[in-house]
Amino acid sequence: MAELLKVRGLETQFRTREGVVHAVNGVDFNLVEGETLGIVGESGCGKSVTVMSMLRLIPSPPGKVVAGEALYQGKDLLKMSDEEIRHIRGAQISMIFQDPMTSFNPVLTIGRQVAEPLEIHQGMNRHQAYDRATEMLELVGIPKAKDRLGDYPHQFSGGMRQRVMIAMSLVCNPSVLIADEPTTALDVTIQAQIVELAKDLRDKLGMAMIWITHDLGVIAGLADRMAVMYGGFIIETAPVKSLYGNPSHPYTLGLLNSLPRVDKDINRRLESIEGLPPILMETPHSCPFAPRCTYVKERCLVENPPLLEAGPDHYTACWVDLETRSYR
Amino acid sequence: MGRYIIRRILYMLVVILVVSFITFGLMHSVPGGPFDKEKSLPAEIIANLEKRYHLDQPLWKQYLSYLNDVFVPHIAHEKPKGLDVADDYLIDIKITDTFWIRWMNFGPTFSSRSRSVNDIFRQQLPVSVQLGTLALIIAIIIGVPLGIISALKQNTIYDYLGMSIAIFGVSVPVIVLGPLMIWIFGVTLKWLPPTGWGSKPPYIFGFLPTNLGWDYWKYALMPSVALGLGSSAILARLTRASLLQVIREDYIRTARAKGVKERNVIVGHALKNSLIPVVTILGPMMAGLVTGTFVTELTFGIPGMGKYFVTSITNRDYPVIMGTILLYAVFLVVANLLVDIMYAYLDPRIRYD
Repeated sequence: MAELLKVRGLETQFRTREGVVHAVNGVDFNLVEGETLGIVGESGCGKSVTVMSMLRLIPSPPGKVVAGEALYQGKDLLKMSDEEIRHIRGAQISMIFQDPMTSFNPVLTIGRQVAEPLEIHQGMNRHQAYDRATEMLELVGIPKAKDRLGDYPHQFSGGMRQRVMIAMSLVCNPSVLIADEPTTALDVTIQAQIVELAKDLRDKLGMAMIWITHDLGVIAGLADRMAVMYGGFIIETAPVKSLYGNPSHPYTLGLLNSLPRVDKDINRRLESIEGLPPILMETPHSCPFAPRCTYVKERCLVENPPLLEAGPDHYTACWVDLETRSYR
Repeated sequence: MGRYIIRRILYMLVVILVVSFITFGLMHSVPGGPFDKEKSLPAEIIANLEKRYHLDQPLWKQYLSYLNDVFVPHIAHEKPKGLDVADDYLIDIKITDTFWIRWMNFGPTFSSRSRSVNDIFRQQLPVSVQLGTLALIIAIIIGVPLGIISALKQNTIYDYLGMSIAIFGVSVPVIVLGPLMIWIFGVTLKWLPPTGWGSKPPYIFGFLPTNLGWDYWKYALMPSVALGLGSSAILARLTRASLLQVIREDYIRTARAKGVKERNVIVGHALKNSLIPVVTILGPMMAGLVTGTFVTELTFGIPGMGKYFVTSITNRDYPVIMGTILLYAVFLVVANLLVDIMYAYLDPRIRYD
């Protein structure tokens, strides 16, 4: 399958009063047509910043992409002119944001906001755009979509708003949809509906997806491939079965152990990972997870591990083999 | 919306009644009276004057008769002659030749035997309203774009320049700026007449000037700028702060992620949101500019009513005090009502019912 996105060595930094924060530190990943990539990690590990950097939506200043490339169909998004990337945003790569409450403009009607990408990218007139927006809103399950075009965002419930957000992002048939924690602000039953909806639409429309979440439970049924992020690094990446079945990084293992499982001993105590994720003020010379790691060995404290092969198509940034507790 | 406006107008009447009560009470509780001069008048003359203006009556009776004169419509059965200052109503509506409805008699002024408070409203108020309105327009024309530019070019030379102008505008009062402008444009360059005003009664709708040519503007330009600059600075700072906040909102990021042109991100998505707090202060600002023109009018020799606000209090000119304060109150509540109506238009989350 054709490669849509190829990100290499992406580095993003934020200049703050306290110094330079290294938010993303050389991230590599690929996305092929129709594939769903799940990016997981705690808050502040650089998941959102990674995809925002790719689309150049980082507020600058203080943020800056300092290195790397993000090739979309062979063209580097980071080196395009503002006008070129504008034609890609919303048309070929579109985004869904975390909080459907604040991500809509409160003073514009839903119809106007959903139809806007069509007017921009496909040169439709308002009438055509509203017709197409109505179709899209029906597709995501908004009842009486035509009557609701004139409504404002505050007249929709949270779940409905996220459906509208999905409709708005898909209205131009993008080839990549980036969902930045789209279910985090919703309650659990609505979360499941939104995930189902996304799955449905992906199968119908055939776009590739990047789904960012901190919830390993949500992503398991959705993603083809997973990337786990920590401290601005991808620390493990593998096909979804391999990652859940054979986690090879202590952090991934910790995340999985912190989830309740119905397929294993249900009386097991949930484990937590002690400590907090780091805020990196400089490029680390040790494994950034080492202070919280129970498998830590000498080499972890002097050298930050690159991604090492742990199985077929399975890579982990850990010096230690978790089963034998010896160096890989 | 209609019901809301009616309810608000009823509240307005209450507010104005309360203001009239407090003002009446306060002005009668300060020592001194309208006929206390440096050289005191004989007691008999004062007694006569007080009798003429009904100041010898008990206060509650004076207050009720004032309310009756101002708030209660009266009926006359012949054409009002308009010769007596005590019989001067602001509004005379002719129903038939023998049936007139007359409303709002604000009484005579104590400082002149031939003028009523309504004369001030007819002749001086329009000038102040024109000056205040022009100043507000200038404040908006200068302030809002300045704020927008400063916000969009935050921390660049444009921002610093814009905010320097704003700080200059806030910190240099009219009493400095006015004479400075007169000296530069009126005396040295001789581009504009240093004093005066270019419109005379009669006015359209009671306040609009009949001529709008250069003869009007050459007088209006300097005082409007001098008066409006301070307000423009306030608007500029408010617009800047508000827009800076709005362009960090999530929905602005959403707009960018949709591929909206940067110009349309600002114009179509950010501006309407950022103007909501700016509109809030336009109401009080308008009232303040129309009635707070004392120094400007004095500096530029403009025949407005600014001086009556100040001199009526020192002179204990009771009807003028009441009239001007009530006028200010009416301006303020009407302006605030207009602001609230504008709110509903700007922000769909606000619905009045």
